Amino acid sequence: MKILVAVKRVIDYNVQIRVKEDGTGVVTDNVKMSTNPPDDNAIEEAVKIKEAGKATEVVAITVGEEKAQETVRKALAVGADRGIHVKVDSEIEPLAVSKILQKVVDKEKPDLVFMGKQAIDDDCNQTGQMLSALLNWPQATFASKIDVKENKLEVTREIDEGLETIEINVPAIVTCDLRLNEPRYASLPNIMKAKKKPIEEIPVSDLGVDVSPRLEQLKVEEPPKRKAGIKVANVAELVQKLKNEAKVI
Amino acid sequence: MAVLLIAEHNNKELRPFTLNAATAASQIDSDVHAVIIGQNTAEAAKQLSELPVVKKVLSVEAAHYENFTAENFTPVIVKLAENYSHIVCSANTFGKNLMPRIAAHLDTSQVSDIIKVISSDTFLRPIYAGNAFATIKSNDSKKCVTIRPTSFDPCESSGGSAAIEKVEAGEEFSNTKFVKREEIKSDRPELGTARIVVSGGRGMQSGDNFKLITEIADKLGAAIGASRAAVDAGYISNDHQVGQTGKVVVPDLYIAIGISGAIQHLAGMKESKVIVAINKDGEAPIFSVADYGLEADLFEAIPQFMEELNKLNTIQK
Repeated sequence: MKILVAVKRVIDYNVQIRVKEDGTGVVTDNVKMSTNPPDDNAIEEAVKIKEAGKATEVVAITVGEEKAQETVRKALAVGADRGIHVKVDSEIEPLAVSKILQKVVDKEKPDLVFMGKQAIDDDCNQTGQMLSALLNWPQATFASKIDVKENKLEVTREIDEGLETIEINVPAIVTCDLRLNEPRYASLPNIMKAKKKPIEEIPVSDLGVDVSPRLEQLKVEEPPKRKAGIKVANVAELVQKLKNEAKVI
Repeated sequence: MAVLLIAEHNNKELRPFTLNAATAASQIDSDVHAVIIGQNTAEAAKQLSELPVVKKVLSVEAAHYENFTAENFTPVIVKLAENYSHIVCSANTFGKNLMPRIAAHLDTSQVSDIIKVISSDTFLRPIYAGNAFATIKSNDSKKCVTIRPTSFDPCESSGGSAAIEKVEAGEEFSNTKFVKREEIKSDRPELGTARIVVSGGRGMQSGDNFKLITEIADKLGAAIGASRAAVDAGYISNDHQVGQTGKVVVPDLYIAIGISGAIQHLAGMKESKVIVAINKDGEAPIFSVADYGLEADLFEAIPQFMEELNKLNTIQK
């Protein structure tokens, strides 16, 4: 079984986001970038499945500018076998990403495609579902547990009401929740070894996919600030304020 | 063309956030039709027809719709979409799972998790876990939009009498099988819709100490929340988690106890109407969003809080 894992380069989750003064986006210059956190879970799960002898190859793919390749290199350092970097010059929407992934799936013919459930930059939560629609494959979104069986997966999904378990036939798409596993760190020897693993670079123009934007981002602004509150001296004052001033209890 | 709202329900009744999504749909266009897909949904369809903002109900029933599988829902909605300008649904796990599958079939770039309708093609949505707001204009001829339910008030639930029209079911998608659903049962209000939420963080120091949170929640008729740190430390199960990777809550009163206020937690609660923070670290970021901050050791403050609550003659429920 072959697993393709999609990873995205985003602003590191520990960075305090700053909005650009001209309202065109958020500040990314000199800001620490990392792999989208649930994409790390997707790589980890694929590598674990391979280590358990249930997969033969793990291929990491990213779609992005030059530096996005760092995320593929990181995936190689934690156990992916080879990488693919589809090069684009600008930000593209999830619909376009899913069309690119569809082309790569047609060529690579993986049995499974894993990715994070959502990217922490645009928070769209779309790409996996869109890819499975385009391929007409089953989708298991927000996965917190995956059991690999003969030609199928049993997947536990995190839903608002609790947990849902579904069984999907391979080939299939799984989008991963942070609770799926604990991603490992790359060891120094493995980071060195990863430098020798191949990464295939594909200009997006070679794929014949229309990636032109459908959405216009008119403005990016800071969310309204809460007005500063007060510190209360003790519990009695707190309860009195909640009862008589805020009138919420 | 009208707006098509996808109703969320449990086959017996509508889920409450359908009413919030209906409000958003009616702000896009006053002509709102709602589709309900499930099995034995007559009562839920009737509830839907009674929402005054809904002008027509489309009901699709079949056994393979009973568990809301996106792969089964999608072809029916894609077919109906011919007659509509917008397809809308709540941005909870039901809608997040379903809508992109529909959008890809319609070759539409979805606008996710909107918090405001600016016009029929322009919407406000949070990005970077609510650390920035983006105004997005969709240039697709058909628009797929998911709605953050807590950003819209629920619509009136009675007074309407829309016609209910039956729509033929689609085929079953054979490669996905529902196995089971484990719902977390509780006598407490649901975290996502509770009027008051009492949350504990890593400062609680143990799962046992969460009993203190439970006591206050019982007294106030509140739901119990937790920070990711408390969940990761194993103090409480993950369905209580509030934040970017958990639930987004907008209660009238949010009480954060022993929570430092990491960015990802704030993203899940900072729209609450009144926020209380109890923390012994006066520099904790949670105080920057709190209306009332109490710098105190929580193990002293919580028993005093209970005592003060017990002195009150009445407590709003």
